[in-house]
Amino acid sequence: MTIVNLARFQFAMTTIFHFFFVPFSVGMIFMTFLLELIYVITGDEKWKQRTKFFGSIMLLSVAVGVVTGIIQEFQFGMNWSDYSRFVGDIFGAPLAIEALLAFFMESTFIGIWLFGWEKLGKKLHLATIFLTFLGSILSSIWILAANSWMQNPVGYKVVNGRATLTSFSALLTNPQTRLEFGHVGFGFMLTGGFAVAGISAFQMLKKRNPDFFRPVLRLGLLIALIGALANFSFGDQQMIEVKNSQPMKFAAAEGVVTSLKNPAEWALIGFYNTADDQEIFGIKVPYMLSLLTYHSISTKDPDIEGVTELNKELAAKYPKAAKEVGNNFIPPMNTLFWTFRIMAGISALMILLSAVGLFLTRKKSPWLYKSKIGLTVTGWFMYAPFIAITCGWLVTELGRYPWTVYGLFTIQDSVSPNVSVGSLLFSNIVYFLLFCGLGAVMVIYSVNIMRKNDIEAVEVAYAKLDPFSADAFKSSAPDITYKPEDTQEITEDGGKE
Amino acid sequence: MSTLQLLWFILIAILFSGFFFFEGFDFGVGISTLFVAKDEHEVDQAISAIGPVWDGNEVWLLTAGGAMFASFPFWYASLFSGFYNLFLLILVGLICRGVSFEFRHRALSKKGHDFWQKVLGISSLFIPFLFGMVFTAFIQGMPMDAHGNVTGGFFDYVNLLSIVGGVAVALLSWLHGLNYLSLKVEGPLRERSHRFANKLYFILYVGEVVFAVLLVIFTDFFQKHVLWSSILIVVIVALSVIGHLSSINNKEMTAFISSGLTFIALVALIFQGIFPRVMVADNPANSILIKNASSTVYTLTTMSFVALFILPFVLIYIGWTYYVFRKRIQK
Ligand code: HDD
Ligand code: HEM
Ligand code: HEM
Repeated sequence: MTIVNLARFQFAMTTIFHFFFVPFSVGMIFMTFLLELIYVITGDEKWKQRTKFFGSIMLLSVAVGVVTGIIQEFQFGMNWSDYSRFVGDIFGAPLAIEALLAFFMESTFIGIWLFGWEKLGKKLHLATIFLTFLGSILSSIWILAANSWMQNPVGYKVVNGRATLTSFSALLTNPQTRLEFGHVGFGFMLTGGFAVAGISAFQMLKKRNPDFFRPVLRLGLLIALIGALANFSFGDQQMIEVKNSQPMKFAAAEGVVTSLKNPAEWALIGFYNTADDQEIFGIKVPYMLSLLTYHSISTKDPDIEGVTELNKELAAKYPKAAKEVGNNFIPPMNTLFWTFRIMAGISALMILLSAVGLFLTRKKSPWLYKSKIGLTVTGWFMYAPFIAITCGWLVTELGRYPWTVYGLFTIQDSVSPNVSVGSLLFSNIVYFLLFCGLGAVMVIYSVNIMRKNDIEAVEVAYAKLDPFSADAFKSSAPDITYKPEDTQEITEDGGKE
Repeated sequence: MSTLQLLWFILIAILFSGFFFFEGFDFGVGISTLFVAKDEHEVDQAISAIGPVWDGNEVWLLTAGGAMFASFPFWYASLFSGFYNLFLLILVGLICRGVSFEFRHRALSKKGHDFWQKVLGISSLFIPFLFGMVFTAFIQGMPMDAHGNVTGGFFDYVNLLSIVGGVAVALLSWLHGLNYLSLKVEGPLRERSHRFANKLYFILYVGEVVFAVLLVIFTDFFQKHVLWSSILIVVIVALSVIGHLSSINNKEMTAFISSGLTFIALVALIFQGIFPRVMVADNPANSILIKNASSTVYTLTTMSFVALFILPFVLIYIGWTYYVFRKRIQK
């Protein structure tokens, strides 16, 4: 165990945890905004209750999302102090702007939204959740601008061994930022869509007031489909960009060992022996890689280089870094290859599932609403975006190996030299246990909100601590009609409190 | 040292002042749930008083951290890696506290509810204590190498001054929170907050005197900046007295503002004391100076425009929040 490995593990762990909650939070904030928007437009109290129901789950996620983010803010200084010294002139700016512009907005308005139901007019209250959403989007833009700069450094000059900013506008217009934001942003949208649809599906499956959740399920699928299509289109463009900016990442993700002439074949399945750069086993689809990369099969397109050739080129181009990494610039190829395929595979499944789901919920023959299998699949599928997102970040971040800032600064050089192995090991263990605990609690509490069908959760919780009872539920929500079985289910669960 | 660098040094001080002013009272309210509130309803009342605002208050810290990274990367890197273990504990505290508000309401049982409530209270006590330790440890002159890495160990930053500093900051937070409660709630809790505050001020006076003496012994504040250090110490004590008298005479707003200003004076004392350094080393040659620690003129200029443009909006909507929730909270 070295400081570098421990710091890397800690960074990966904490960001992956953070990024479990971020897309869920932002997606749910967006969906909550939509639900409240429908309420304001139609004036139908049921939509207000839907807003509050999904809003309660959103609040739980935001709570955990925020605390996992606080670590990130200080982690650069704590674990990556030499990195911070090297890039601070550039990298600190988006981080500071994010806090000032986005975090204040998000945190302030979510507080007003939560406590302001009675204090603000309908439209003003809607505005507060919109501003919360806007804050979370601004936050993403700035942090992705920072990350994009590490992937594709622009607008800088290295002076006296530190990177200095020469053009703020270049930092903002980095093509990598546009693509990352598009891809990630629509990833938030599809996550929110599937989450809302999935939660509704579970509620219908358990017969907890199915009529209440029906329209939300459909809305969720619609948003998910839009998100999934747009996300796919950005992903496709990103791959082309990666081919140009980080060819090694591209070759490893596509399993190209030695250079391929156009029209190139595409590996559907592949296993690689990275010790001597060989393919162990693979299934290939002819022409496909050229189609995916260049959207054509013309032989005039440049060759697609493999990791073997690229490794030699990089070693010649960066002699200093080559010494540090023992002439090996190849990232963990199997991991990259498979995480990339899982992400793309899930992407295809998402488009298929949301489109089919929408078709099966149309007014004329809403098969899905009655089908156990259909609802079960929709319910469990809400976890798929999280897998895709984690895989996506692994491709992005692992594929950048051995750099923290591509072509400029290596991981080896980035860590804090004065932090001891003991401290790092301790913090790794503490964060790991803490996050597992918090994640579990958050899921349990969310499931409990679903179980109790806690539509008035927000008010009940903050007004008094009375346990939720069927009576309270009825009197505050008189306009929902229940089948007898539903009411019973609620009473039973309420009674367990 | 250029004007820009000075401006950003002051701006960082302002951001930390904002953190202690705002988050200070909600730490204090958290502490009060442990010792002042009598029953469930009073705890609820206390927590409702900070419910809508505590999350925004915490952002002052994030902004201070981000701004430090952007404007003085060498300071940011040395400070956070240098006091790794203290910051780790602070982060753990912030994490537990951050989820406790929401989890407390969602708990499945009374036990769970009480558990998260204790978490809220205890973390509210420890975080200001630890911040007090960091701020009083880093002014003492730590062992540092020529690259600006702090090499000191546990007993370099856990000593008499840093413990007294921690206690003082926690105590001040508590008082600030009590003053806020007096201002924001109605009923017996308001009375009790007053009574607690009126007594606690006496302990604070003792703390302040001890702190001032230790400051003379452990730091070079009185060698480098006698005048300003002395003035600020007097200001701190004077503000405490004003706060105390206002609290006794039921001038709740004045009491609250005084305790807030006490915090600001404390931040001012620390920042003027280290000036023109940002990190104080035991060997003066290794101290990091403002003029060496900062980002380039270009970055600082850009950031100045950005901050100047955004900050007014932030202050306006923060003000609006307090306006929306201006009413006292009934029992
Ligand atoms: C719901 C999530 C999701 C889905 C369905 C997809 N992706 Fe993705 N992908 C992400 C979520 C994501 C991400 C987590 O948001 C990443 C990490 C960094 C980034 O920019 O987005 C990512 C990164 C990422 C990268 C690396 C970018 C870089 O290193 O610069 C590429 C090339 C793709 N994606 C391509 C695709 C393609 C071709 C997809 C579909 C066929 C696809 N992604 C579906
Ligand atoms: C703006 C956002 C981000 C920044 C600035 C950033 C920066 C970094 C840095 C400094 C490292 C350590 C160097 C290294 O090991 O390569 C790293 C590694 C890593 N990051 Fe990111 N990262 C960001 C977003 C994310 C996200 C959201 C995830 C995942 C959810 C992620 C996953 C990883 C992983 C898995 C590693 C470890 C890679 C390895 O061990 O080499 N990153 N990133
Ligand atoms: C590694 C770099 C990262 C840092 C330093 C960081 C920092 C933070 C911090 C401090 C918070 C809490 C803010 C608050 O109190 O409101 C937070 C939350 C958030 N972050 Fe991150 N973050 C990182 C990665 C990312 C990435 C890659 C994204 C998006 C693409 C992102 C988007 C968000 C959002 C939307 C929130 C709001 C919290 C929520 O709703 O769950 N962050 N982040």
